[in-house]
Amino acid sequence: MKKTFIFALVGMGVFPGFLQSTHAAVDFIKEVKPILEMHCLSCHGPKNAHENGELDLSTRALAIKGGDHDNDLIPGDAEKSLIYKYTIFPADHKKLMPPKDKGGPLPKAQTEILRLWIAEGAAWPENLTLVNVMKVDFVRDVKPILEKGPPLSDESIEILKLWVDQGAVWPKEVKLGGVGGAPILDKESLIAIDLHKIIVANSKEAAEADMKKFTETIDDRTSFVMVPIPGGEFLMGSPASETSRKPDEGPSHKVKLDPFWMGQHEITWDEYELFMYPGERKKDDEGNYTSESADAVTRPTKPYVEMSFGMGKNGFPAISMTQHGANKYCEWLSAKTGHFYRLPTEAEWEYACRAGTTTAYSFGDDVSQMGDYAWYEANSDYKYQKVGKKKPNPWGLHDMHGNVTEWTLDGYDPDYYKQFENTVAQNPWNKATKPYPHVARGGSWDDKPEKLRSSIRRASSKEWKMQDPQLPKSIWYLTDAQFLGFRIVRPLKVPSPEEMKNYWNSGVERE
Amino acid sequence: MNEMTNPLTGNKFTRRDFLKTTSTVAIGGALAGAFPGRALARNDDTLKLALVGCGGRGSGAAAQALSTSGNVKLVAVADAFGDRLEKGLQNIKKAHGDKVDVAPERQFVGFDGYKDAIGLADVVVLATPPGFRPIHFEEAVRQGKHIFMEKPVAVDAPGVRRVLAAAEEAKKKNLKVGVGLQRHHQKGYIETLQRIHDGEIGDVVAMRCYWNGSTPWVRTRAEEEQKAGRKLTEMEYQMRNWYYFNWLCGDHINEQHIHNLDVINWIKKGYPVRAQGMGGREVRTGPDYGEIFDHHFVEFEYADGSRLSSQCRHIEGCWNKVSEHAVGTKGTVDLDGGGRWQIKGANPWKFDNENQRDPYQQEHDDLFAAIRDDLPYNEAENGAMSTMTAIFGRMATYSGKMLEWDDALNSKIDLMPKSFAFDAVPPVLPGENGIYPAAVPGKSIMV
Repeated sequence: MKKTFIFALVGMGVFPGFLQSTHAAVDFIKEVKPILEMHCLSCHGPKNAHENGELDLSTRALAIKGGDHDNDLIPGDAEKSLIYKYTIFPADHKKLMPPKDKGGPLPKAQTEILRLWIAEGAAWPENLTLVNVMKVDFVRDVKPILEKGPPLSDESIEILKLWVDQGAVWPKEVKLGGVGGAPILDKESLIAIDLHKIIVANSKEAAEADMKKFTETIDDRTSFVMVPIPGGEFLMGSPASETSRKPDEGPSHKVKLDPFWMGQHEITWDEYELFMYPGERKKDDEGNYTSESADAVTRPTKPYVEMSFGMGKNGFPAISMTQHGANKYCEWLSAKTGHFYRLPTEAEWEYACRAGTTTAYSFGDDVSQMGDYAWYEANSDYKYQKVGKKKPNPWGLHDMHGNVTEWTLDGYDPDYYKQFENTVAQNPWNKATKPYPHVARGGSWDDKPEKLRSSIRRASSKEWKMQDPQLPKSIWYLTDAQFLGFRIVRPLKVPSPEEMKNYWNSGVERE
Repeated sequence: MNEMTNPLTGNKFTRRDFLKTTSTVAIGGALAGAFPGRALARNDDTLKLALVGCGGRGSGAAAQALSTSGNVKLVAVADAFGDRLEKGLQNIKKAHGDKVDVAPERQFVGFDGYKDAIGLADVVVLATPPGFRPIHFEEAVRQGKHIFMEKPVAVDAPGVRRVLAAAEEAKKKNLKVGVGLQRHHQKGYIETLQRIHDGEIGDVVAMRCYWNGSTPWVRTRAEEEQKAGRKLTEMEYQMRNWYYFNWLCGDHINEQHIHNLDVINWIKKGYPVRAQGMGGREVRTGPDYGEIFDHHFVEFEYADGSRLSSQCRHIEGCWNKVSEHAVGTKGTVDLDGGGRWQIKGANPWKFDNENQRDPYQQEHDDLFAAIRDDLPYNEAENGAMSTMTAIFGRMATYSGKMLEWDDALNSKIDLMPKSFAFDAVPPVLPGENGIYPAAVPGKSIMV
């Protein structure tokens, strides 16, 4: 499997946030292979093993067979294995490996990896042959690439991969300077650049006519359905005459939107927990990634409190995530599936909710029909319910009015619509500049009918994580928003890497 | 039920006494909220605050103390680890820069720093892993400070007894003591409990409670050694990965489930008299997970013969719930602490969730109001007894025996190390395979 450099960046601890995840056994590919390829293979490879004690370390079998000694590698016994033992000799010992003039002694962190790896049985895939790898010099090889920024040539990507594999050494005194104002790469950009290629190659639909309802599979037990939403124009907001209408729902104005697919259902815990708990079903996942960037996407920390609040997991909507959490889910899901996913904009959400209607609800104005279409205060039994059990709206979307309120991409501004009076807004998105407030749409199991209207807007607030007792509060979980979940969209037109990055990092979550 | 023995002093202590202690707490809070004008008359001197234990929760508690009305200033901090101290202090500064005045000479790193930090303050926040709480609480009382301490307040019976004794001392010295069982300061709980105690569900005859969730965090030895760039001593490693060692944490039944057990005690206005249970390590079996169980089921019996079924589990992918429930002769009550409280039966009712306040802030508002207005305020005793309830549960699941409360509370089994230093030997060590010995029901002696 081809390894992306982002994946490796994570493995090498370049992004310290990842250290929070559980470290299980030593990973040969990520941790041991780079050490052997850079420090051992130049002498102990097939070409020159005969000059160096006949020891060839290019495969596991050869390493175990050994050279002049028969104890070069004894799986399970690090103390007796010379490829560990020789690395921990003092710097002036004549048997030190790698020798002093070849970069020895290795840092303790690396010799410890060797020791643990051998002690744990020296796992090393049968058919994996190691090769000698060039030593990357940060100033000479890497600095220019980072300073130039994207787009990256394949050669540059190779160099970055090697650099990361070799420990991502970045001398403290070396500072990057932007060349010609070019952006300096950050992790989010690297992921977007990596995924953009894959997503473009994977997006077969060229025109609206090609858009069909489809089922996307995340793993062998988990899939979701995306419904095509035609591009078009609609009247956003509600007329002043609508019962219970709030001032921020006006003025009504025309909005024109490009076509997209939207999730038939709210995202369920079945889906969201694959993102929350990466370790749990790892075995099933092995080798199934469209991109290993899925592993590079920042993943949630573990919640201290149980986040479904006992309302049920299988088939029930995921709740209590921050907008940042929802955005990162979309990024992770894009990497998993090879299709571009994001939260809907506020305009896309209302357009899809209305599904061509201009009434307060997508089934009309008659509140007595509410129970057929929505889980809300009167019928929810004081908790959320399984997704998709009520009638869909005219475009086939379930639970838009009720069950859980849903995140959108937009920052909340009560006056946002005013600028569009008497004009046609094209794909509007009010990109947030601060953590609060963002817009959530639709009603929930805990709401009265007027809060389920197509046009009602709900602004997020600090109160939604009021009961998080930690400082800083979690950027992933809302302790007080049990009414809140989300659904996703996939636009027909694949956005640029920069746009992708903006969509996936719109939360401005750090407070 | 109407008469309980305080097992420490042997004093008979009546339901009326118990009501007196618990209701003053509630009244203190209610008064502070109801008569904001009182602030004019109150002592508004600057209160100096010290934080002992600078993790995420300790920093949060300090920030809440600094957010109470009136002048509060953080003047000293202590933590066993320098990096934790720095990070915590940074976070508090970010939130309350103007109220943080902690010069380097008032930042204390190591096991003994708490003494000096406490000495510099009027009010102290004790938020280290719970194993240290009895030691820190005793010291804070000895030095005559007002105290906010996180739950649980101990990890073993000797520790609980120390806290109970110090709590008596605190009362004599008129010190105000808050304990981080914030449900006592949460509107939904307070209103629901009021209704239960008013008889809205009749006599409470059966109870259930849950903390079924997932592993909150783990710090593996490999990860910590990578960060440190060197091998850690066993003591350092256990202190970093403290959740999984009983001398530090007391098991998750103590560290988390105490909240739910405490609510049932509150409902019953008493503590269990008998317990038996089962539990074990089903999925958290590796060397990173110390010695604690990953699931417990305990049946507690209260003095009136009613029983509590208590479940706590840290296993991902299972049915999850964190809540309390009771069945009464006239109805049932469901307390889903995250925001839903309801009574079904003869007197149906739902809590209106619109006007919730942050209970973590409220518990500090109430404590500081009591300090400034000199109102009686002592949550230490209930904190200790609810901690003992959780420890009692652990003793039951670890031993597999039917246990009596008095035996448990008087148990001589002391889990703490002989000395506190990073090169000292902790009380539990891994076996050859890196795995720590865990309790074996039916064999292990726990009382």
